[in-house]
Amino acid sequence: MKILLTIRGDFIAPRFDRIAEVMIASCYDRQLLEEPRSILLAESSAEKLCDLALKENVDMVICGAIEEQHYQYLRWKKVRVIDSVIGPHERVLEMALGEELAPGTLLAGVDSVGAGGCL
Amino acid sequence: MDADRAFQSRLECGELLNSIPHGVALLDRRLCLVTMNRTLEAMTGYQALEARGVYGDYILRTDLGSNDQLSRQVLADGKTVARDTTIINTSRTTIPVHCTLSRLHDQQGQPVGLVMVLEDISLLQQAGPGLGAEVRSEIIGHSQEMEAVFELMAVLARTDAAVLVTGETGTGKDKIAEQLHQSSPRARHRFVKVNCGALPEALLESELFGHVKGAFTGAVADRAGMFKLADKGTIFLTEIGDLSLPLQVKLLSVLDDQEFYPVGGSTKLKVNVRIIAATHHRLREEVEQGRFREDLFYRLNVLNLHMPPLRERSGDVQLLLEHFVQHFNRVHGRNIQGVSDEARALLESYPYPGNVRELRNLVEFAVNLCPGGQLGIKDLPRYLSRQPAAPRLQRTAASLPAASALSGELRPRAWPELERQQIVDALLASGGNRTRAAAALGWGRTTLWRKMIKYQLV
Repeated sequence: MKILLTIRGDFIAPRFDRIAEVMIASCYDRQLLEEPRSILLAESSAEKLCDLALKENVDMVICGAIEEQHYQYLRWKKVRVIDSVIGPHERVLEMALGEELAPGTLLAGVDSVGAGGCL
Repeated sequence: MDADRAFQSRLECGELLNSIPHGVALLDRRLCLVTMNRTLEAMTGYQALEARGVYGDYILRTDLGSNDQLSRQVLADGKTVARDTTIINTSRTTIPVHCTLSRLHDQQGQPVGLVMVLEDISLLQQAGPGLGAEVRSEIIGHSQEMEAVFELMAVLARTDAAVLVTGETGTGKDKIAEQLHQSSPRARHRFVKVNCGALPEALLESELFGHVKGAFTGAVADRAGMFKLADKGTIFLTEIGDLSLPLQVKLLSVLDDQEFYPVGGSTKLKVNVRIIAATHHRLREEVEQGRFREDLFYRLNVLNLHMPPLRERSGDVQLLLEHFVQHFNRVHGRNIQGVSDEARALLESYPYPGNVRELRNLVEFAVNLCPGGQLGIKDLPRYLSRQPAAPRLQRTAASLPAASALSGELRPRAWPELERQQIVDALLASGGNRTRAAAALGWGRTTLWRKMIKYQLV
């Protein structure tokens, strides 16, 4: 299974349409197959991000805020979307692998010390 | 004890924030959310309790640049910033908002965080594309004169220059000013109306520019003036012709520099205000007679909008009549089925010295008096049918600034009035002989007789 996480620094990015970086992780049987790889985007665009998700054949997208039309588009393309996630991407990925992640998950530690790390 | 006080203070703060009709969030110095009001909870989909301590950007989810640059800038330099942006809530809906960021200080003046006010502007944006076309929405009229006014308004709404609205009393100068503000880019800010003729000079100065504590007896606290309240918006100075000369000087300096001293104050206040002024006086004459400053007149008269009197708006009486009948039917819960032909003819031939306001009051009077069915002459105020219109016509016509001369007299432009006057003139010239008067007018005797009945000359 391939998972795409929209990230900002060490955290899941607040908005799907305003991100500059994504992380793609491949896993099998709740284990990572390889070190997740990061892709820096040339520009922030929800449409281009949807294209990337399809091009990479991802099965799951984990993000923060996403507009309904992009959400529905990905769902139509059989991509599972877990949105409104707030937290450090490492922990989020672990939860996703363990099938514990749900939309709206808010993890502790998203204060300026952590989030500010990317500033 | 301290814990109780802190709890009480938090409760009071929460209540205060909840009374504000826009979304408000308080962020600490690390830009983490301290609290937000119910409006913002509804807008974002998050509860203040669960979001407390979380980095604000993750809860509000705006697109104000990446990594909160704007918040950090405001926190650093303390300058309030306002931007149009969007938020995406937990229901995945994008809400356009007007966001204002200001720095908060403690009692020692040290920055302690930020206050973020988010005003939902989705309705405003929906109305946005038709802004120019909607400029006339509140004002009724399809006469050539009003079409010219609407065209000019669409242009004036797009500029930021001062506007002087002139016209007789009751022509709708206030409505025009408000509509200009609503159609301008300043629409989301305040529209403050000040009647310059309603207050004595000393009070008006304090009203316009504010005062500081102790400036005069009774000034127990600082008070922001109307100019300060209208900052970033529009101030509408109605009856500007009644402004005293000393205040005219102060107003001129505000217009030139956009800054002023409050009464008794020593600190200059800077404002960004668009000025719309209105008067029923003929300001040029006032200038000639030394009652109005020439420099202020030219400063205000950057753009001039003249509201035509109702008697010059051919066809609009009919339109307004229908509108007011419908309006007062709704307001007073009546079911009046239009206006009878005789009453309509009477209302159309009346010169309306009080303009639209007078017509509105006439219709309200009639709607209240009418027992049902159609409005008839008997439902209209008696002075309409009793008083001959001719002397009134001459008096009001003489007050018209743009009227042209006909046979040595000034004439109105609306056809019914003109025709009536022609008949009166022809009858006077023929010594009351209808046959000779009809011949002079180029009509048959019957036509003259019919028109005399129409204009109530028999």
